[in-house]
Amino acid sequence: MEFDILTICYLIGSVTFILGLKMLSNPATARRGNLIAAFGMSMAILGTIFLYRDDNGNRLHNYGWIFGGILIGGTIGTLAAKKVKMTAMPEMVSMFNGMGGACAALISVVEFNRLIKDLSFTLNPRLSDLRLVSLETYLSKGELLIILIGLVIGSISFAGSMIAWGKLNGTIKDYSFKGQHLLNLLFLFLILMGIVYLMIEISKGFILVGGVHITTLAWVKSIFYGVFAFALLYGVLFVMPIGGADMPVVISLLNSFTGVAAACGGFLYNNKVMLTGGILVGAAGTLLTILMCKAMNRSLGNVLIGSFGGGSAAAAKKQHGAYKEITLSDAAVVMAYAEKVMIVPGYGLAVAQAQHACHDLEKLLTDRGVDVKYAIHPVAGRMPGHMNVLLAEADVSYDQLEEMEQANEEFPSTDVVLILGANDVVNPAAKSDPASPIYGMPILDVDLAKTIIVNKRSMKPGYAGIENELFSFKKTSMLFGDAKKVLQDLIAEIKQL
Amino acid sequence: MNSFLNWITANQQIIYIVILMVFVGIEVIGRVPSVLHTPLMSGANAIHGVVIIGAIIVMGKAESDNYLALVLGFLAVILGTLNVVGGFVVTDRMLEMFKKKK
Repeated sequence: MEFDILTICYLIGSVTFILGLKMLSNPATARRGNLIAAFGMSMAILGTIFLYRDDNGNRLHNYGWIFGGILIGGTIGTLAAKKVKMTAMPEMVSMFNGMGGACAALISVVEFNRLIKDLSFTLNPRLSDLRLVSLETYLSKGELLIILIGLVIGSISFAGSMIAWGKLNGTIKDYSFKGQHLLNLLFLFLILMGIVYLMIEISKGFILVGGVHITTLAWVKSIFYGVFAFALLYGVLFVMPIGGADMPVVISLLNSFTGVAAACGGFLYNNKVMLTGGILVGAAGTLLTILMCKAMNRSLGNVLIGSFGGGSAAAAKKQHGAYKEITLSDAAVVMAYAEKVMIVPGYGLAVAQAQHACHDLEKLLTDRGVDVKYAIHPVAGRMPGHMNVLLAEADVSYDQLEEMEQANEEFPSTDVVLILGANDVVNPAAKSDPASPIYGMPILDVDLAKTIIVNKRSMKPGYAGIENELFSFKKTSMLFGDAKKVLQDLIAEIKQL
Repeated sequence: MNSFLNWITANQQIIYIVILMVFVGIEVIGRVPSVLHTPLMSGANAIHGVVIIGAIIVMGKAESDNYLALVLGFLAVILGTLNVVGGFVVTDRMLEMFKKKK
């Protein structure tokens, strides 16, 4: 009876996950979708705590530890999620993702030790046990493989997410050295070899009933921890050389990794809700990753080998052409007397926390009868949709956000384009220069507009590390400074007009 | 070869679930407009926090003298809860802002 209720809890959990993801795909239902998934998750968790029984019908114990852990994790999680600034959202997602990966890896470590312990109990050098033992071997082999896969994927996801987190909040710089890709491949190879070796060694240990087992077990254990360490190292090395501009893709990929690691737990405990949830995220995350790569017109392989950072070094050396600056009051006049203004937000806006100032400017211009819209590039900022979230925080209306295709149709009839800290997504080199590393990436065709005003902190190249010839175009003027300060000054100037 | 076929038969339920879920995951995501990509990634991130169930089982099964399992299991429960709770709360915060302007 109790077990049947647990099954129903899991069923509800699985359905809510699918439903939740589906509802998340529509702005009108998204919030409800998230709550529904959260409800299903709570049911599955509570059901597990109170109703779970193992194969022998034993209940779970250690309730104090379980509730203690949930209390600590829940408190820290809620506080962190409530306090994080909207600009730091991508880091936060990366961090939480890493926690999930670490959780999966730890489960694998505990389960491996249990498995080894079980094995050493069955390691009884009586010949009559031989048949029974070899059957056990067969069963635990699959289990071992799942444990190893969960361990490796979980560790890579954890280590990689932590590096991505560090890179996004600026504590870790891009770092690559010669032959790094070879080293990565070597680590991957070593991990695979470790898994294969463990699989073979475990079955060997059983065919030779009696004898060398104790040493074999110690050896097997150290190989296991070796694989663990290599997987962690691989996670670090794998993300290290990838440029900051590609972090969204990496986080999305690691997100789907953690999904697969969670699904491994589902295999291990024959737990359907873990399986459905994990595979669902694994599949969806992989597709999202591919979609994001497509938005940048690059293949996933290209992103992962990290050729962005290294290959563009030569292109970055190119001197930037002459550019002209515009004064605040001139910019204010140009915008206040325009008919149509398009604002192109980028990462610079997010860093400066300028979304509210931006909205104020937009309101002020709208009140003066200017038609103001936002042109949102799908990979502007540090995550797809990052700009939407930021502008939503500042109460910018949905109707004013234009996606790339729409915006590109409107640029020819636009008087002024105000670019706020965006760079690569408006770089014409993506269209004109086949040698450029971003060649082929769809961009916002801001050069079709009559006037372009670019706000940047300096002439330094953007994330991709390449020069932007847009800045030396005749119709472009530069407005240097921190986005927030510049916007506030602009507002003050326009008010005086 | 034979054992592999046996394995497929023995685990066919799980194999069916995996295949169907792969398609469901792809279908569900395919219709998401790019404006919702960040909340979606965050929501999916919260859902894979279901790994916490594994942590609870590990914790609940650990014998009281097995300190390795107790400590690692406890840590796993904390990390898993962080993933679940943090993930859902962050997603809700993002979506709350989307709603306001309606």
